[in-house]
Order: sequence, then structure tokens, then C-alpha cells
Amino acid sequence: MSSGLSDNEIISRVLAGEQNAYADLVNRYQNYVFTLTLRLIKSREDAEEVAQDVFVKAYRSLADFRGESKFSTWLYTITNTTSITFLRKKKLETHSLDNEKVFELADSKDSGFRANTIEQKSRIGMVTRAIALLSPDDAEIITLFYKVEQSLDEIGKILGLETNTVKVRLHRARTRLKEKMEKHFSEEVKNIY
Amino acid sequence: MNQQQHIEEQLWSYIDGFSSEEERSAIEKLLQNNVEWKNKYHELLDAHQLIKSAELEQPSMRFTKNVMEQIAKYQIAPATKTYINKKIIWSIGAFFITMIVGFLIYGFGQINWNVSGDTKLPVDLSKIDYSKIFKNSYVNIFMMINVLLGLVLLDRVLANRRKRFQRQA
Repeated sequence: MSSGLSDNEIISRVLAGEQNAYADLVNRYQNYVFTLTLRLIKSREDAEEVAQDVFVKAYRSLADFRGESKFSTWLYTITNTTSITFLRKKKLETHSLDNEKVFELADSKDSGFRANTIEQKSRIGMVTRAIALLSPDDAEIITLFYKVEQSLDEIGKILGLETNTVKVRLHRARTRLKEKMEKHFSEEVKNIY
Repeated sequence: MNQQQHIEEQLWSYIDGFSSEEERSAIEKLLQNNVEWKNKYHELLDAHQLIKSAELEQPSMRFTKNVMEQIAKYQIAPATKTYINKKIIWSIGAFFITMIVGFLIYGFGQINWNVSGDTKLPVDLSKIDYSKIFKNSYVNIFMMINVLLGLVLLDRVLANRRKRFQRQA
């Protein structure tokens, strides 16, 4: 975090005309938004373009943020709609669960998702690649819970689900992620366990 | 739900810290005495820590700069609630409710409640004089108000759009 101010304090400053203060919010949430867009849009280049668009949209609608929910929750809704609109425009496929081609795609040279060799071998790279093999719904819940550290209640608000349903979906997503890791990255998993 | 799934679900809740006090102590006892639970717990805990260790994706170094360059062209749009006049919405709503109620009253007024028999409709549709409804001065006034409200709304939309274009230019 680049400044000690809370999200709401930064937003108040931006609304008061201090446009540069918005850079703090961008720095704070760029990885979050980029990770979420990358879950849906597999090309890094496109995902980054959409992530930038998300921040521009959020800036222009900042006066509509009432502070009733967390800024990240509000940002999530913009991220989701912007990504879906982009995919509809580009007619790109969202990858479905258990589609083995996804693994090949993630591994192919043309895929923007290809990580560098060192990262591929690392545990972090493995988890990231395994998450990319999940369905968008599973990847989304894992990302929100583990990477963005949202509470179950907050995830429920974001996804429009009951807290208990979130709990069950998270449990299932983790089980599927574990299966993916064991299936596709068995060697790395052996080294870790 | 099979036994394995049940164990996993209980253990995930325990790892996440969502278990109740009673559940926690029951699981802790099982972890001490039951090898299957203990092995599963370590397996899930490893997976949990592994997922947790994964970091968020990072965009390019220029990301913030690109965003700031883009937003420099724009101004923050006024909050939706400031340009949506609630009075207009309420008056449109009131108009339509009045119309519906008016038609309902008129319709019920046409019903002959003394007609018996299940097969016949209580309203003889052929006897309703539609020309009376549409040549009625009250209905004409309602229609006029409706058209006026529509024009006011259209004017506001176009004015807002014009303002937005001017701001962007």
C-alpha cells in the first residue's frame, strides 16, 4: 500500500478534486483487478487492457460509490461486468471445468498466460496454473477467498449467494483445485508434500 | 455425502476457523486418536498453505501510469441520484397507477353481477363501447399528460447527453 489512508479517505480526496490520489487506489487494487480479469480473459495483454478500463470506469462512477460495501466489492462488480462485456465483444470462450484442452492452451506458446520457466517450476506458478485450469466460478471463489482475503459474508455479497452456499462452493472448488494439482503437477506436488 | 467428503468438509471448516467450539474439540480429539483424520488433516493443511502462498498476478509496470493518463481525459460523473429526479419517477408511477385503477373501476362498473351460469363471461365484450373510452375527454387528458411527461423525460436525457459531450470535448 502506497499510503496509509483508508479507501474511503482516498475516495473523498478524489471526489474533492484531487485526481492524483486515485493513483493510490490503482496501486492498491491493480493486482486484484488484474488477477480477476485474467481468470476470465486468458490473454495477459487483453486482461491488462480490461483491467485499465475497469479503473477508468470506476473513476468516472466514483460518485456513485456510497461506501455501504467495501471498495473491493464495488470494484469487483465493475471488473466482472467489464470482463464479460469484453468477452462478448471478442466472442472469446470462457473455459469450462474438466476441459483438458485448457491445460494445453495454458501451456501453449501462443497463450498469454504462459509463465516464465522459473515461475512454472515454482510452487506459486503451479498453484496459479492450476487455478487457471478451474472453471471461472471455481477460480473466482478461490481467488476471492485466498488471494483477496474476502470473508465468506463479503464473497456472498459479491456473488449474490448465502454464506453457507459460499462455504460449500469454496470447499468444492478447493477439492477440484487439489485434484488438478495432483493430476497435472504430480511431480511438483510430490516435492511439496 | 460419503464419509470421505464429510471428513473433508469438517476439516476444511476447522482449518478455516469456521467450526464451532464443540466441533473444534471433537475434531481435535479425532486428530489425536484417528490416523485417517490425522493424515487427511495434514494433506488438506498442506494444500491450504500452498494455495495461500500463491500471489496475485501483477500487471505491467506502466499500469498505474496508463490508468492515470486515461482518467486525465475524464471528469467524475455526477452521482446517479443527483440527476434522476425522484419527483418525475413518482409522478410517472402515480399516473400509471391512476390509469390502471381508472380502467379497473370502469371495467368492474360494466360487469352485470346478476348474470348466472358458469360458461358465460360476466362481461359482454361485444357490448363495451370502446369509442366512449377513447373519445372520453378524461382519457384524452391522461394521454396528453403522458405525452408531455415523455417529452420532458426525453428533453432531460438529451440535455444530459449534450452536457456530457461538452465536458468530454
